[in-house]
Amino acid sequence: MSTKPTMAVECTDITKDFGRGDTRVRALRGINMQIPFGQMTLLVGPSGCGKTTLISIVAGLLNPTSGSVRVLGEPLEKLRGSRLVQFRSQNIGFVFQQYNLLPALNAMENVAIPLLINGVSRSKALNEARMVLKQVGLGDRFHSFPSQLSGGQQQRVAIARALIHRPRILVCDEPTAALDAKSGHNVMQLLSDVAVESDRAVIIVTHDPRVYEFGKLIIHMNDGEIAEVESGQPITTPANQ
Amino acid sequence: MRHRGFPTTICCECEGTEGVEWAARLYKGQVTARADDGRFRAVILFGLDDDSLVGAPPKMLVGKLEDLRQPDAVIVDKAGYEYIWPGEEYKIGRTFELNDSRARLVGICEASPPFTTLPIMYSRFSTVRGFVPGQRNLMNYVLAKPKADYDAETVCQSISNETGLMAMTKDQFFWKTIRYFLETTGIPVNFGITITLGFIVGAAITGQTFYLFTLENLKQFGALKAMGVTNVRILGMILLQAMVIGALGYGVGIGLTALFFESTKHITHLAGLYLSPYAAVGVGIAVMLIISTSALIASLKVLFLEPAVVFRG
Repeated sequence: MSTKPTMAVECTDITKDFGRGDTRVRALRGINMQIPFGQMTLLVGPSGCGKTTLISIVAGLLNPTSGSVRVLGEPLEKLRGSRLVQFRSQNIGFVFQQYNLLPALNAMENVAIPLLINGVSRSKALNEARMVLKQVGLGDRFHSFPSQLSGGQQQRVAIARALIHRPRILVCDEPTAALDAKSGHNVMQLLSDVAVESDRAVIIVTHDPRVYEFGKLIIHMNDGEIAEVESGQPITTPANQ
Repeated sequence: MRHRGFPTTICCECEGTEGVEWAARLYKGQVTARADDGRFRAVILFGLDDDSLVGAPPKMLVGKLEDLRQPDAVIVDKAGYEYIWPGEEYKIGRTFELNDSRARLVGICEASPPFTTLPIMYSRFSTVRGFVPGQRNLMNYVLAKPKADYDAETVCQSISNETGLMAMTKDQFFWKTIRYFLETTGIPVNFGITITLGFIVGAAITGQTFYLFTLENLKQFGALKAMGVTNVRILGMILLQAMVIGALGYGVGIGLTALFFESTKHITHLAGLYLSPYAAVGVGIAVMLIISTSALIASLKVLFLEPAVVFRG
């Protein structure tokens, strides 16, 4: 009998090495981390500290060198091949720094992709995509191609695409890095408004201190290790004082 | 059935074979024509059976086939006429020399252009004796028709058994001719080099195009893989794109080729070139082979791509 997991993500003694022999680099050094449901967790730190590697492991895109990862109660090391791909397609939503929208598809078609991957019919997926696009404030841009949208609008489309199949984990990699301050703030506000739900964990990788105010749990990383975990009060940084 | 000059009695032996409705003698050889301007030209000369004129050209452009029964009468094909009398209007009744003997042009016909592009002339078997006097046994082919309820191949076998000579159906003779050119001339090497170069250049260009396409879209492919698209599906997407591009390219290419042949079919010296269905299908298969191979090679990068690449800046 399976029990409902209390934590969305649980990492135990995660290490990750790249390269071999003399060129081997240890990117993660024994990470222990728990990410709860129902709030926005920020993974922050300077460039090269291992944030992206850690988030790739949590999302099932990379295998750790050692240690174990449980996502939604499932040990990822036991999921391989098509089972892992299926798990990802059903449970994890992605928002990328560079949006990674398909340039040949319009906003509606881009948003519908995760549903199409999961076998939903095209017409149903497009209907759903319209609804989610309205939710992110792009009700009038259904047929716009990525090249016809601003950076902020493209990121909204990417958020809609990440949420359309109602994943229980939303992974966002530097979602504001390519945006100006105002657009970045709007995108974070949107994520805070539409993505955070009681049965979903939102994990945001960032080194942008302007978005710290949105994090309910902030995990600071440095040199492949967790340096500090802050929770409760949002942090006020010099940038938004 | 062909032999270098065998007696006409062979024709009678063929006609006496079971399943043969009729048999007619035929001469085919090369002679030298000398036109009014004094220039010599090699010519392919057919000597048709005097009574039946079997083997005559099916379409006359000027004159009548029956005029072949006149003394020294010769019919020439359109391309041959334009080669021997360039720039002149079609005129029958003109005389010229074939192997130093007088010949009179009584008609101009349409004939399948020969591979060697030599003019083709038709005359009666008995008239040909005057053009090729040094040869005692002129007949080098016998044309035979099987009876209605007999199979051509079986009749050929019977003729071979009866006469000890090679007998072939129309199709067998067609392929024997093709094989002759393939096996005893440099044509396969020349054409083969051209086709191989076409393959290599085509594969290189399409391969490079697909590879660049893959590189340019690596992040998008990575994103799709991260979102849960399987390698099989990505391979299917790339192959589908390749096939659509290939089909479009093939359609445009074969369309332009067909247009070229359609527009040149009335030009005499190009009339022998045409687009056969075999060539069209063969090219189509080759295009799809090149495209799919190139797409498969280009897609290897995507298949082995780590989806985590989408998180790298």
